[in-house]
Amino acid sequence: MTEVLETRGLRKAFGALQATDDVSLTLRAGEIHAIIGPNGAGKSTLIGQICGTLPPDSGSVHLNGVDVTGLSTQARAGRGLARTFQISQLAMEDTALQNVLLGAVGASKRAWRFWRPALRHADLRDRAEAALARVGLDGHAATVTAELSHGQRRQLEVAVALTLNPQVFIMDEPMAGLGAEGSARLTPLLDSLRQEAPILLVEHDMDAVFALADRISVLVYGRIIASGTVEDIRRDPAVRDAYLGDAE
Amino acid sequence: MGGVMRRELWVNAALWLGLICVPLWAHWAGEPFTITLATRAVIFAVAAVGLNIALGLGGLVSLGHAAFFGIGGYAMGILAFHAQNYQPLFEWPFVFEGSQSMPLIWVVAFAVSGLCAFVIGLLALRTSGVYFIMITLAFGQMFYFFSISWAAYGGEDGMLIYVRNGFPGLNTLDPIQFYGLCFAVLSAALLVQARLARSPFGLALNAARQVPERVRAVGLDPVRLRLLAFTLSGAITGLAGALFADLNRFVSPSMFSWQLSGEFIVFIIIGGTARLFGPVVGAMVFVGLEHLLGGLSEYWHVWFGALLLGIVLFGQGGVIGMIAGKARAHD
Ligand SMILES: Nc1ncnc2c1ncn2[C@@H]1O[C@H](COP(=O)(O)OP(=O)(O)OP(=O)(O)O)[C@@H](O)[C@H]1O
Ligand SMILES: [Mg+2]
Repeated sequence: MTEVLETRGLRKAFGALQATDDVSLTLRAGEIHAIIGPNGAGKSTLIGQICGTLPPDSGSVHLNGVDVTGLSTQARAGRGLARTFQISQLAMEDTALQNVLLGAVGASKRAWRFWRPALRHADLRDRAEAALARVGLDGHAATVTAELSHGQRRQLEVAVALTLNPQVFIMDEPMAGLGAEGSARLTPLLDSLRQEAPILLVEHDMDAVFALADRISVLVYGRIIASGTVEDIRRDPAVRDAYLGDAE
Repeated sequence: MGGVMRRELWVNAALWLGLICVPLWAHWAGEPFTITLATRAVIFAVAAVGLNIALGLGGLVSLGHAAFFGIGGYAMGILAFHAQNYQPLFEWPFVFEGSQSMPLIWVVAFAVSGLCAFVIGLLALRTSGVYFIMITLAFGQMFYFFSISWAAYGGEDGMLIYVRNGFPGLNTLDPIQFYGLCFAVLSAALLVQARLARSPFGLALNAARQVPERVRAVGLDPVRLRLLAFTLSGAITGLAGALFADLNRFVSPSMFSWQLSGEFIVFIIIGGTARLFGPVVGAMVFVGLEHLLGGLSEYWHVWFGALLLGIVLFGQGGVIGMIAGKARAHD
């Protein structure tokens, strides 16, 4: 299998705190690779380095075999790195449709068009509406984002990523705050997304992780302490101690 | 939602028609002073529409927009000064005598102030918040003091232009005809802002104001979006400066004053931030009060300040917001 995303020896310290400690991992075509770990383990910090919002102290990030460590966030996005945020980053004053349309505008490199209304770029609008429909928000296209429920905003986060011609999805706790019912609704969607692009999935919801992941890596104090299939991880005594022990 | 949009549309249409009808009425009634007041309001409105592109759409609080207004004014002043004194502005690579032709003056004012806005934006947009406000203010003050020290063009006293510049086919000395030109420029600026706000660029700029992190994550650079908005914004305000200089037939360092920058912001707040006709209402209210209260007391700004306070405290969304309702995402 080919590696779509790879990190090699990433390190990041905040003062005395080693938030990322020699993290090397891979994401292969067609798979969901879940990263689990307790609060403060350094999952979001790792994602920040992969997406280009945080510079690593050392190590490198490779996308489709190309070293992108020196590239900006927007350049990485332009190469098909589609992320979702742990805390929704949505234009609250805009409608749901406008939020996904922004993704379509960015992906199509059409931000330097000044005259025709964005909503009248039929191809962009189609793409945006398809993404909304895919996450089940087609009935809310015209709803202002501030008026969407928390769960709907989580769906919208995923919808924006869908508009980006993704080569790889990076998802930071897409189920955060959704509750059992909401997670159960999002799980089949993520399951179907791996056909389009592999997913690096940071998630606390263990039911979702065990249902979705092809591989799991366990991050504790910035370090990957175990990596393997769902069965490997379930059985690993160190993992049960460090993480599953206090989670269950 | 549709209701609010439609109501704002009606309010805008009424204002626009009012800007046609009132000066025409004044023309027929033989009240040239009313036309001059309307011209002043319309020119201020153009300046504030320019600022609204940066401030309203881009969230860039520039306290230095008088710099562009002044640059536009001096572009007119310098070109006309050389033309009226028959001193070539430059002799190489060709002899250029200056110009008293409005179309050329407008192009120069637009281009030079846009260029200055680009350079200032390049530096100022590395910062945000209070620092951005301070840097734009500092640039404005630099231009102010530079113009005072520029003796070749009148220094502190400024420049008098004896004859209003010309426009092909029009008699610009006729108040209503000059008003018509300014009104046409305002209409064009409003059209540009309206189209821009809904375009892909406007969508991205608006998102960059709310969630820059998201904009980067879709592959766009918020700073570039803001830089373009700031450049266009400065260019339009510069064009307004050229018109203002022509209205007064006089250019002076006061066009660069930071009080004026503050007033442009106030126009927008009074009318309604990011509302298409917000700057128009703000400029009309300002010029109206200046005329009505200015005659009663030289401290009329106190009343203007009280109005501003009232609107900020009780009427978010400005005058347009109070009439047409809260701004909503379009479509
Ligand atoms: N900018 C920063 N400056 C200093 N410390 C930071 C910074 N960002 C994160 N940290 C610290 O680094 C550690 C890892 O944080 P991170 O957000 O990556 O954890 P996480 O695994 O995503 O946790 P959670 O499950 O709560 O989202 C934490 O101890 C956090 O306090
Ligand atoms: Mg996190």
